[in-house]
Amino acid sequence: MPQDFLPILVLFIMSVGLGILVLIIARLFGPRVPTRAKMMPYESGMRPIGQAMRRLPIRYYLTATLFIVFDIEIVFLYPWAVVYKRMNPIWVGLAEILFFFVLVIIGYVYLLRKGALEWE
Amino acid sequence: MDLGLLVEWIIKSVVIMGVLLTGFAYETWLERKVVSKMQFRIGPNRAGPFGLLLPLADGIKLIFKEELTPAMADKWVFRIAPIMSMVVALITFAVIPVGPSINLFGRVIPLRLADVNIGLMYVLAVSSLGIYGIVLGGWSSNNKYALLGGMRSAAQLISYELALGLSLMGVVMLTGSLSLVDIVNAQAGNFWNWNIFLQPLGFILYGICGLAETNRAPFDLPEAEQELTAGYHTEYSGMKFALFFMAEYINMVNVSAIASTMFLGGWRAPFGFIPEWTGPIWFFIKVITFLFIYIWLRATVPRLRYDQLMNFGWKVLLPLAIANVIVTAITMALRQVYAPNAVVTVTFGSLLLMIAAVFLWRSWTSRSMRRRPPLHGTSAEGAARTA
Repeated sequence: MPQDFLPILVLFIMSVGLGILVLIIARLFGPRVPTRAKMMPYESGMRPIGQAMRRLPIRYYLTATLFIVFDIEIVFLYPWAVVYKRMNPIWVGLAEILFFFVLVIIGYVYLLRKGALEWE
Repeated sequence: MDLGLLVEWIIKSVVIMGVLLTGFAYETWLERKVVSKMQFRIGPNRAGPFGLLLPLADGIKLIFKEELTPAMADKWVFRIAPIMSMVVALITFAVIPVGPSINLFGRVIPLRLADVNIGLMYVLAVSSLGIYGIVLGGWSSNNKYALLGGMRSAAQLISYELALGLSLMGVVMLTGSLSLVDIVNAQAGNFWNWNIFLQPLGFILYGICGLAETNRAPFDLPEAEQELTAGYHTEYSGMKFALFFMAEYINMVNVSAIASTMFLGGWRAPFGFIPEWTGPIWFFIKVITFLFIYIWLRATVPRLRYDQLMNFGWKVLLPLAIANVIVTAITMALRQVYAPNAVVTVTFGSLLLMIAAVFLWRSWTSRSMRRRPPLHGTSAEGAARTA
């Protein structure tokens, strides 16, 4: 039911309010004496070299792609997990999931062989 | 809409926030105290008896600290990121039942904020939103350490998210419901009805993934002091830092609470004859036990190397979690067809798998120990340099 989520909305609004309140309080009480050296990004005492917002190793993107593939599989599994107990006959559910996992495992082995999961 | 209901929700929200924030404060105290005892130190003992007022002193100190926003930082994202982390940590707790329904002032009040029928999905979805706060905080600081910390955190979280989702699936299959209230009710009675005895492997997998999800030792690479200063919150100070800290510790409480709910019977007492109203006490004891284990691990286990961390997540935990689901499915089918009353089959399958896992783990670690990564760049580069 959508209305089941209403109490969560109440908690959400209140915690956002708390977060903002905390920051406002800190702003009121804390000193604010900015100097140039203080505002510099911390780089172990050195002057920062270049911008930090730049390109990242492709590894992270690969991990993200793999995550999306596998996570969607897991999300599809949850409805099956909920009804599995009530399936009649239960062998149908078992056959379904074994077939599904065979496909997943083929994909997984392919990734392993391609070296997509190697971090060096 | 019923006004009384709204008041009830507001009161419960205030209680949840109050308990979680006080819990966070005293978790820091507990952590310092326990770690100091394990390292033969005294630990905090100045502010109040046993240093009990230390969290309060810390809070007051942080309020009076200057808040830095580094030049060239994305100002608004920098401000919003800590709030995002904290809010997500707080609202995860909303669906967790901490006790039975009680009668108060002529009203039946269930001791939980919300009972949504997809409770577990909600927890998984919302708790993984916490990564946005961390990544955006790291990115917006315009600091290389912070950015690397944020990226590491994201990579780690999404790698362990898979095994986390799969490790809880066994419980969902056994219960046939995603509602946390139903899952707790299915474990009613004496303690041998708890899911940990049916899903020992699932419990261990969840425990490990939970550690990784909360960025705690030995999986605290995003905050590795030796490599990244302080990781994603390098540039944060004052209350903004406190909000990130709060999020991390409240997430620990959340993971402990979910582990208790899914595997240890939630608020149910270990024996059926104990009255139900003692529920919150049992829940508290279970959560504290998990928190103690968290701190214990931090004091004991060294941090993993990054390639070990990713290998462990993708090559050990994920296959094991898949195997756990398959074995649970097969044993449940066998049970239903051949022996409707034999609970033992599910446990037996899980245990068998665990023994196999230990062998797999041992062969894997011995291989990974032998293969050391080169110190500088690739091995070809290193060879060229020495030649």
